[in-house]
Amino acid sequence: MLLTDDQKMLQETAAGFLSEEGSIARQLRHWRGTDCSDGFGHALWKQFAELGLTGICIPESQSGMGLGATEAALVLEEIGRNLTPSPFLTTAAVAARAIEGTAHAERWFPGILTGDAVLALAIDESPRHAPEQTALEAKRQGNGFLLNGRKQFVVQGDSADMIVTAARTSGAAGTSDGITLFAVPRGVAEVENVTLADSSRAARLTFDNVALDADCVVGEVDGGWVPLARALDAGRAGAAAELVGVAAGASAMTFDYLRQRKQFGKLIGEFQALQHRAAHLYGEIEIARAAALKAAHLIDSGDERAELYVSVAKAKAADVASLAVREGVQMHGGIGMTDEHDIGLFMKREAVLGEMFGDVYYHRNRVAELSGY
Amino acid sequence: MTDLDAFRSETRTWLEANCPAEMRAPIRSEADLCWGGRNWTFQSDAQESWLKVMAARGWTVPDWPEAYGGGGLTTEQAIVLKEEMQRIGARSPLTSFGISMLGPALLKFGTEEQKKQYLPQIARGEIRWCQGYSEPGAGSDLAGLQTKAEDRDDHWLVNGQKVWTSYADKADWIFCLVRTSTESKQGGISFLLFDMETPGVSTRPILLISGSSPFCETFFDDVTVPKDQVVGEVNKGWDVAKYLLGHEREMISGMGLGGGGSLGAAVAPDDPLLRAEIAAFDVDSLAFQAMSERFSAMWKAGEAHPASPSMMKYAGTELNKRRNELVMAAGGSDALEWDSERSKGGKAARDWLRSKGNSIEGGTSEIQLNIVAKHILRLPGA
Repeated sequence: MLLTDDQKMLQETAAGFLSEEGSIARQLRHWRGTDCSDGFGHALWKQFAELGLTGICIPESQSGMGLGATEAALVLEEIGRNLTPSPFLTTAAVAARAIEGTAHAERWFPGILTGDAVLALAIDESPRHAPEQTALEAKRQGNGFLLNGRKQFVVQGDSADMIVTAARTSGAAGTSDGITLFAVPRGVAEVENVTLADSSRAARLTFDNVALDADCVVGEVDGGWVPLARALDAGRAGAAAELVGVAAGASAMTFDYLRQRKQFGKLIGEFQALQHRAAHLYGEIEIARAAALKAAHLIDSGDERAELYVSVAKAKAADVASLAVREGVQMHGGIGMTDEHDIGLFMKREAVLGEMFGDVYYHRNRVAELSGY
Repeated sequence: MTDLDAFRSETRTWLEANCPAEMRAPIRSEADLCWGGRNWTFQSDAQESWLKVMAARGWTVPDWPEAYGGGGLTTEQAIVLKEEMQRIGARSPLTSFGISMLGPALLKFGTEEQKKQYLPQIARGEIRWCQGYSEPGAGSDLAGLQTKAEDRDDHWLVNGQKVWTSYADKADWIFCLVRTSTESKQGGISFLLFDMETPGVSTRPILLISGSSPFCETFFDDVTVPKDQVVGEVNKGWDVAKYLLGHEREMISGMGLGGGGSLGAAVAPDDPLLRAEIAAFDVDSLAFQAMSERFSAMWKAGEAHPASPSMMKYAGTELNKRRNELVMAAGGSDALEWDSERSKGGKAARDWLRSKGNSIEGGTSEIQLNIVAKHILRLPGA
């Protein structure tokens, strides 16, 4: 389970690019202070494309890099470390996986590869993630479907050229059969663009008798669970990797502070009360990283334990990142409470990523269910 | 077919032919382990023949050099062997502090003569070793040890007392930290090997809260030790000791794996709050398994920080204590039975109590955190 030389090289490239171009000062602080509807910079997305990163999971036969969840995880850890706002997770790591092997791939992959297209996912319908509960109705009408219902927490939904949307074509809410994925083009659903705590944007969508052609269906009618589950695995593993990056970034900043800040005539890092908490946190982050990499590795090797480890990784990474940002703000003391200091930005990002694709409790429960209890 | 595939296929065939059925049954308790040694009585013919055939191939220590009784396997081959053994549920043929602790230290610090003399005996399970580290006045502050070895020209004369010596009453030889100089604390320690049958050595088992006595007090009263039984240089035993502790901690961290499976699946909790706690534990446990695999690969490839066994030991032992707490909670009053047959002789309660020592032995959790803070995080004054 060691990284290959190619993977290490990709990691270095991503680390260099994101710490430079994707830094907090150049991206997150810039865009949060700017009146824009996206919350990220399209110029940076173009730079992702120039490095080939937007096509990281797109097959080589379709001009992508043909890499997997492991490589996406390496990039996402660097994104997390730098709090870089970008559509990488939703568009490159997840939506691309949802539409792969369908006609929609041919329509959208070229735009993703050039960094022109942004894709989003509309799954959640209530404040807490529960994809099986999908109720947004898609009723057959003529040659197509009529959609009615609501979606929320559609990350970058207002920026997206197309939104992969889970809807119910049959069965009752709570069952995975009868869900169908639709490629919903921009402008057909009513969008409320919402700014979240971390300055990212997510949309609330209202579908009020929205008519879609049958060719908007992604994969099979009633069989949307298969591509959805694939996309969810990719999203959960990806969010876990980004959370590891958030934890690593916050803890690095905090450990530096322990080496610099003086009180009682001593560096505060000399106090054992803080040393032990810092050492514990370090170990937890290492464990979370191992879990995230293992989940990605199992996805890439088509292992049947992937589902289980994806939930382990998401739960563990969110748990540990939460510890990292809480310890980060506390150990920084008063300065950690100020908007001027970056440590609080990590806390906000952790909260959003922790919720995406299911929170700690959702995934602990899923681990229990998949383990048969 | 790659060389490694060919090795896997040969190994699989050989294991199928040579691992007795009885040695493929899960280990029920510590009594099923094979420790070897001069006074060892095999529990069965199967246990004896399994040790013999594995030792003959050098596979009790697959990645040690063949010259010292090892299998001479590459890291990748050793992993394949482990996987193939796991595949059929094969037990480890030999459990030994010689393999997990002394061997790696001898390979790094021993003279050629020492390696030739001691390593093959370890590999074949002929000599059972114990570890003489802690003393009544030197626990967490191990380098404060006082057991004295005086240079008497043609031999060392050892006097003092050790404590928490694992299985000293059953061991044949001891690897022991002794003070050879009082001029410097860490720089006055030497690493000595000697026979437990040497006149002047005596042991007394310590009864633990779990009701078992895996540890002893060990006394040295004018014990004579040949001069060539120092490992590494005189007064530089602390380097050997620390290196060995890394291996010991790596081994103890394996406890965090707790048998591998899901705790929730094993105990089927019906209380929703207990189920939630167990699910949280299973997440941590599975994540730690991933860490353990990654650490092991990184350690072998030389990519792990030298102090990282401390992080693993801390995490693994704290996890094992938590596991035992949850087993007790799930077991309710059944788990409190101490010696009934129904409770397998009070296994749950005894394991639970024994696990409390995990975060003390081999360096306490607090010491491990100090080491991580100092050597990995480089925090000031740590």
